[in-house]
Amino acid sequence: MSATAADLKGRVEAANTVALARLVTADPVLIDVAPAGEVVQGLEGRMILHAGPPIPWERMCGAMRGSLVGLVLWEGWASAPEEAERLLAAGKVRLEPNHHHHGVGPMAGTTSPSLPVWVVENRTSGNLAYCRLAEGMQQFGQFDIEALSGLNRWRDVWAPSIRAGLRKRGPIPLKSIIARALQMGDELHNRPNAASSLFANLMAQAMVDADVPKAALLQTMGYLAGNEFLFLGISMAAAKSAAEPLEGVEDSTLVTAMARNGVEFGIRVSGLPGQWFIAPAPPVDGLFLPGFKAEDAGLDMGDSAITETVGWGGFVLGGAPGILALTGGTPEQALRISREMREITAGLSPDYRMPALGFAGTAVGIDIRKVVATGIEPVIDTAIAHREPGHPKIGGGLVRAPLDCFRKALAEFAHRHGV
Amino acid sequence: MGATALSVRRHTYLDSVFLMRVAKALEGGPGINNVAVVMATPANKELLHDAGFIGADVDSSGPDDLVIAVAAQTDGQARAAIAGVDSLLAGSILEGSQIARSWDDALSQLPDANLAAISVPGEYAATEIEHALEVGLHVFCFSSNVSLADEIRLKQVAASRDLLLMGPDCGTAIIAGRGLGFSNAVRRGPIGIVGGSGTGIQAVSCLVDAGGSGVSHAIGSGSRDLSDDVGGITTFAGLRALADDATTKVIVLVSKTPGAQTLARLQEIIRSLGKPVVTCFLGGPTSGTALTFEQAAGQALGFAGAGPLRNGTVTAVPTHVEGRARGLFAGGSLLYETQRILQQADVSPARYELVDMGSEELTRGRAHPMIDSRHRAERIIATAEDPTVGILLLDFVLGRGAAADPAGDLIPAIGEARSRAAREGRSLVVVASVCGTDGDPQDRGRQAAALTEAGVIVLPTSARAATYVAEALR
Amino acid sequence: MKIAELLKKGPLVINVGLRDFARDLEDQQVDVVQLEWRPPAPEDDEMKRLLEKLL
Repeated sequence: MSATAADLKGRVEAANTVALARLVTADPVLIDVAPAGEVVQGLEGRMILHAGPPIPWERMCGAMRGSLVGLVLWEGWASAPEEAERLLAAGKVRLEPNHHHHGVGPMAGTTSPSLPVWVVENRTSGNLAYCRLAEGMQQFGQFDIEALSGLNRWRDVWAPSIRAGLRKRGPIPLKSIIARALQMGDELHNRPNAASSLFANLMAQAMVDADVPKAALLQTMGYLAGNEFLFLGISMAAAKSAAEPLEGVEDSTLVTAMARNGVEFGIRVSGLPGQWFIAPAPPVDGLFLPGFKAEDAGLDMGDSAITETVGWGGFVLGGAPGILALTGGTPEQALRISREMREITAGLSPDYRMPALGFAGTAVGIDIRKVVATGIEPVIDTAIAHREPGHPKIGGGLVRAPLDCFRKALAEFAHRHGV
Repeated sequence: MGATALSVRRHTYLDSVFLMRVAKALEGGPGINNVAVVMATPANKELLHDAGFIGADVDSSGPDDLVIAVAAQTDGQARAAIAGVDSLLAGSILEGSQIARSWDDALSQLPDANLAAISVPGEYAATEIEHALEVGLHVFCFSSNVSLADEIRLKQVAASRDLLLMGPDCGTAIIAGRGLGFSNAVRRGPIGIVGGSGTGIQAVSCLVDAGGSGVSHAIGSGSRDLSDDVGGITTFAGLRALADDATTKVIVLVSKTPGAQTLARLQEIIRSLGKPVVTCFLGGPTSGTALTFEQAAGQALGFAGAGPLRNGTVTAVPTHVEGRARGLFAGGSLLYETQRILQQADVSPARYELVDMGSEELTRGRAHPMIDSRHRAERIIATAEDPTVGILLLDFVLGRGAAADPAGDLIPAIGEARSRAAREGRSLVVVASVCGTDGDPQDRGRQAAALTEAGVIVLPTSARAATYVAEALR
Repeated sequence: MKIAELLKKGPLVINVGLRDFARDLEDQQVDVVQLEWRPPAPEDDEMKRLLEKLL
């Protein structure tokens, strides 16, 4: 082997050690819930952020179009769906990925200026990350009154009440909530139930202490207690805050984002900052809610794979027996998936552990080299949206990140290093 | 229109994803149109309402209550599905098939494995067969489109290791009473079958069952096995194995007509087996001891001291039909059998036209007609547009692997075709046979009854359906 | 006498391909493991070459 080749391998290993350290030492803290327009840099005027790699309106899938129509109506930029579509088609609303603005969003991930977002600070690196609320309708492409009135309550009642509680109580460290939830059977993507409950317990007292008016207090406590997906928005913001400091570590081959826009699946790589490596979004192998069938399903969508990027979600299925039915079988198979993910990652988390695997740390730091070498594609568990606009959530299932993204990234990485 | 049934289980909380899985399992049941198994949250109650599941029970239920709602074609089907839900809720559904990621993983999970069932796309099948043989597994290979060279090479490898390579292009096998691929619920018994034709094995095994006997093993060999290129490697191994098998008293061999050299070798081997062997060869001039599957089954039953084959009720004496017959077949071997019968009856080839809907050209980009009836339905309706066709012949092949309700899938198209013909003052006679048993998931009796009710003349075997057509054309 | 053994013991199956076949076997109380088969990645010499230098 030539000296230069040995040098390069050594440099990559060293860079990945640095990147992995940044990932596992991240200290996410929830500091605010604020209108996106106030906190997200560069989100101004008639502009909406969306999930996944960049994509123009003409090429967007049905669910994302429906979701955008919903926000255009909700922001009051149009008064009817047809008018909203015309605005969007005419390019009168700027569309950019959440990931270009330090943010993430579940499913269509649409984020407009008036929509309050969770704000998480990574206290280790000092960076901020954002994520919109997770809900089951508008982010899946539904844009009727029912879907939009949920956003109204979030903007007018729930988010301000939580914000008041946060201001009174002070920032909430998320690492311990997440670590405890993992041990309570959450995987923090499609099953954030325990984390949602732990968070609701904390917020209830905080909002009482903050003298939130009784009507708003009761409504918000009802929202927190009754919404098992509540914590998904927080866990995604926490994951984004942990992953972003990895961007731009020279020579590192670790993945900093996996995101899907319903048409394409894209990944970003530490040593190749600012670039997307994309492949067609795969279909999700899933189960469907009453009234929906596989033929109704859109392709894989959402920024929520940021949770897998930091080693949660599909990577910790073995510790989340509650969603085993999604994996198609037994606890052993789920454990096998969690073990399999170790073959493509740089290390194990010292803080996030799975009792079911003898309290082993979760596999973290997806290495594009290992994915290409083994052919093992990262596993993601995910919700499913309809392929046409105007529908709520229709199901959930498992999907694998397309190998092609990783091959393209590896080719580019090699090219940059003169290989 | 159908029927709906509802059941509310109070204070039964189950995870929504788990419930989706239960719902999916229920959806597979006979006649089921729609299923909801959900906790009665306000949102789910709305979904139920929108789906037409309306009832006071549901109105009064809350988020801790489980609602099971089924829409089916009949009230009985809906209620049967609800009754079946308890075993699903008990959790057996979670113990689905074990899943492995690699051959090593699979073998570590099932160290006693002795057979690989391979149904990957043809271009990859040879690699997987080779691997299975390397680790000492017998192989059932459903995949077709494996090259002849690969087939010969792999069958030689299998033979050198005393392994059975059934296929490629093997649709059916029954080993010790367990069906692989497309197979019917037949009794176990003294009759062993070796076959290069999947539907041939199905037809003979069902008739043997109907005759009161049963099948010891049915060993598939693949459609090309008795060609002179392959030389009958699997067929010979299968015949010898059945000769040595204590439970087998009689052997039936069904296949395309063998190559000349292979036929000679085959006859030598058959003489050496020491057990009665019935042969039925189709698609060529040499027929074997039996002309049809029905004859083959009848001869085997005779050797086994069972039978005779029950005649069933012949519903009608054929009236003369002007015009031509068109046969739209799901089972390729049944087509060959029909062709032989029409030839033997001296029906002019100009009077009939037989289409193998399962042929490679007609299944390109589509599922096989035994699984998906849509293409055949289209062709049935198109038949009504052809004034020269007076009689339509169909086969229905039941069993594991086949469509859930093959008759139900085609009855609307049959009705449409007949009424179109009637509108133009013509009549279209529809004749069918059903290959299956009453124990099959689709239930032969029910399928035949549904067809009869739809005005189809149902004959007990494919051979009799062909004979009926021959007489009608006479 | 491996074939005789198969006939005597009945099949214990590794199913490679259509899942329905595995389910049908399970319904008949046959032990079966489903091998998750995917088309193999095309042999890619270029990727191999890159990985030799990078991993």
